[in-house]
Amino acid sequence: MIVNLIKFIKLMCLRLLGFQVKKSALVAISLIVVVSLSVSLGAFRGQNRLIVSTTTSLYDTGLLDFIAERYFQLYHIKLDFIAAGTGQALEHARRGDADVVLTHSPSLERQFLTERVVGVRKIIAYNFFIIVGPGEDPAGIRGLPPVRALTKIATSGVTWISRGDNSGTHLKEKSLWEKAGIRPAGQAWYIESGTGMGPTLQIANEKGAYTLTDTGTYLKYQKEGLINLAPLIESGEDLLNVYSVMAVNPEENRQVNFSGAVAFIAFLTSEEGQKTIEDFGKEEFGVSLFNPAVQLLRTDSAVAEWIRDYAFIENSECPPEYRLGQEGLYQ
Amino acid sequence: MSEQLLDIVLRSLWISGTALLLSLLWSLPLALILGLRRFRGRNTIISFFNAMLGVPTVALGLFLYLLFSRRGALGAFSLLYTPTAIMIGQAILITPILISLLTSAIEAVDPRIRDLARTLGASERQASLTILREARKGSILAGVSAFNRAIAELGIALMLGGNIEGLTRVMTTQIALGVNRGEIILSLEATLVLLAIVFTLTLIANRFRGD
Amino acid sequence: MAVHMKLHRVTRRYDGITALSEVDLEVKNGEVLTIIGPNGAGKTTLLRILALLDEPSSGEISYRGQRVDRSSVQEYRKRITMVFQRPVLFNDTVFENIAYGLRLRGLEGEEVAQRVNDALSSVMLDGFGSRPAKKLSGGEQQRVVLARALALEPELLLLDEPTANLDPTNAHIVERIIKNLRGRTTVVVATHNIFQARRLSDRVGCLLNGKIIDIDRPRNIFIKPKNEIIRKFARGEFF
Repeated sequence: MIVNLIKFIKLMCLRLLGFQVKKSALVAISLIVVVSLSVSLGAFRGQNRLIVSTTTSLYDTGLLDFIAERYFQLYHIKLDFIAAGTGQALEHARRGDADVVLTHSPSLERQFLTERVVGVRKIIAYNFFIIVGPGEDPAGIRGLPPVRALTKIATSGVTWISRGDNSGTHLKEKSLWEKAGIRPAGQAWYIESGTGMGPTLQIANEKGAYTLTDTGTYLKYQKEGLINLAPLIESGEDLLNVYSVMAVNPEENRQVNFSGAVAFIAFLTSEEGQKTIEDFGKEEFGVSLFNPAVQLLRTDSAVAEWIRDYAFIENSECPPEYRLGQEGLYQ
Repeated sequence: MSEQLLDIVLRSLWISGTALLLSLLWSLPLALILGLRRFRGRNTIISFFNAMLGVPTVALGLFLYLLFSRRGALGAFSLLYTPTAIMIGQAILITPILISLLTSAIEAVDPRIRDLARTLGASERQASLTILREARKGSILAGVSAFNRAIAELGIALMLGGNIEGLTRVMTTQIALGVNRGEIILSLEATLVLLAIVFTLTLIANRFRGD
Repeated sequence: MAVHMKLHRVTRRYDGITALSEVDLEVKNGEVLTIIGPNGAGKTTLLRILALLDEPSSGEISYRGQRVDRSSVQEYRKRITMVFQRPVLFNDTVFENIAYGLRLRGLEGEEVAQRVNDALSSVMLDGFGSRPAKKLSGGEQQRVVLARALALEPELLLLDEPTANLDPTNAHIVERIIKNLRGRTTVVVATHNIFQARRLSDRVGCLLNGKIIDIDRPRNIFIKPKNEIIRKFARGEFF
């Protein structure tokens, strides 16, 4: 059958081109055509896309895929998420390899903002880190303020697992140790997993140890029976985790999809977007894993104050000189 | 097989398959020249490709990442985080193994075949192609080995593809990163499928070994 | 008799050796010409020159009166076929081995099958078409490569020690085939078997150290040698 097909093609070539095409030439040309098609097909998304650079901890919670689904339903735009460590996520912005950045590390965000790598920063959500550990709580930290709890852990001989990977979670953990005035590195009870939140929880589970985690990953792993740890400290100003979105500055990188980025930011801060964020996790776990922040920041509540203290830069979520002309988002 | 898994598996096959074809475009002619002709510097070139066999995928991945990045020399093509970037990266990755094995296969052909072909009426070019055909069993082994290397590598798919769901997520990236997301079952399934593919192809290729 | 192929002062040098030196040779149309000589005399080299596989270091070659040069060599080569001393076979079936040259000449399908089967019959290997060529016995392989050459119906057929590795039965089959070609195909056989030379040839050429020392009808070489050297040659003293 293939032989007949080749004969047919040769005949067609003869008719069209007026000369005989050798079978080997035909094969070679078909190969080149097939390869070219395949390769260029793979580059199809190259031009018109929105690349969102984010952290693995945030991506791994599943929130972003949830948002992307909704975004696609509404606007038929596909979001491409690149998950890496926080530092890397922001580096992508610097290289212009991303259009939008979603992170939860205000100090790094400030740095990149002032370097004009990114702009149009909006705070979109918040939640709390939690300190989990074995149900029996041998160190007796249940309900304590976070810093005091860590001090107790350092002295009671129980094991603590740290992410050790400079992720947002790890940075938060480091800031807590600093506040407690303790240097845990190198001590026998302090173990660095150097890996993601999920595996870190599993290690803590195995060793009956304590660790700092985000709610989303904890709930997911707990629900699937992968771990059996108890949430011992669930809120407090020190455990606040604030999520921001920023657009990559087109001044430095011509190729970024700035309009797409702004549209996405507008969506995230809109009623629809905020509701989407709030909905995430409700069905599966019965609680919102991420709390909408836009409306909250218009109030004077305690948490709003915490957010402003922790995550504002020069008394604003985005100082005017970094708003890149998007004043409309800051009314 | 769940839809997710099927999506990942098919994509892996498509990307690595294209990478193989792409690499063949330049590896085959090069192997023919190296295998059939004798010239000064030939051994140096062959040694070079042999040395490149062991290049770590992450090293190549990083190099290409810098190249494909919007700031990089090829940034204008917006190739980063597309399947094409992985195809190109893997094609480059498997070039040394393809050239090494193809050249060996061609060298292994009885040198008298060339004269035989010529005395039976073949032109120089036809004789070269005949030699290539004589080397077909070794060539298949070369192709399969190259494909296996491509489909089982992680560094390039990760750095150049970004593991984007529905776009550049392949079996290896799923396995590497899925566990962090709690997608243990899916990652395990991907592992099994990947092993099955590599084993099956290797078994088939071994039927062609040594003849 | 018309001249089929002519070598004029052909010299062939390679790897520092002079394998052929100032050879003048006329191959006549339709004859069976045997070249005898000891190992290392240059028989294979001479055949390869006639087959247009190797280019002479100096000298001229003409085919049917036409000068052979680089631009025309490929064309003439198609009308000549050489069978090598030890069988060289493609890694394929017997059928494909024989069909190879036919396909190169543009034949297809039924025609190819017909010619292949005829060729197999002529060497008494009917039905061997689908066997893997490399798995045959030495004698069978030798007949396959002969069939392969015959199927192409070349104008000039060159055989390098065609029966050297054959048992008497197979050797006999091959000699019979050569005899039957006389008149239709010009055949040049290289051999160190002087008895074979006596049996088969229209003319015998004596090759020693890259030079043709004489070329004549068998009786003038073997029965009435014209000088001392030829007589020694005919008695196998140089071999």
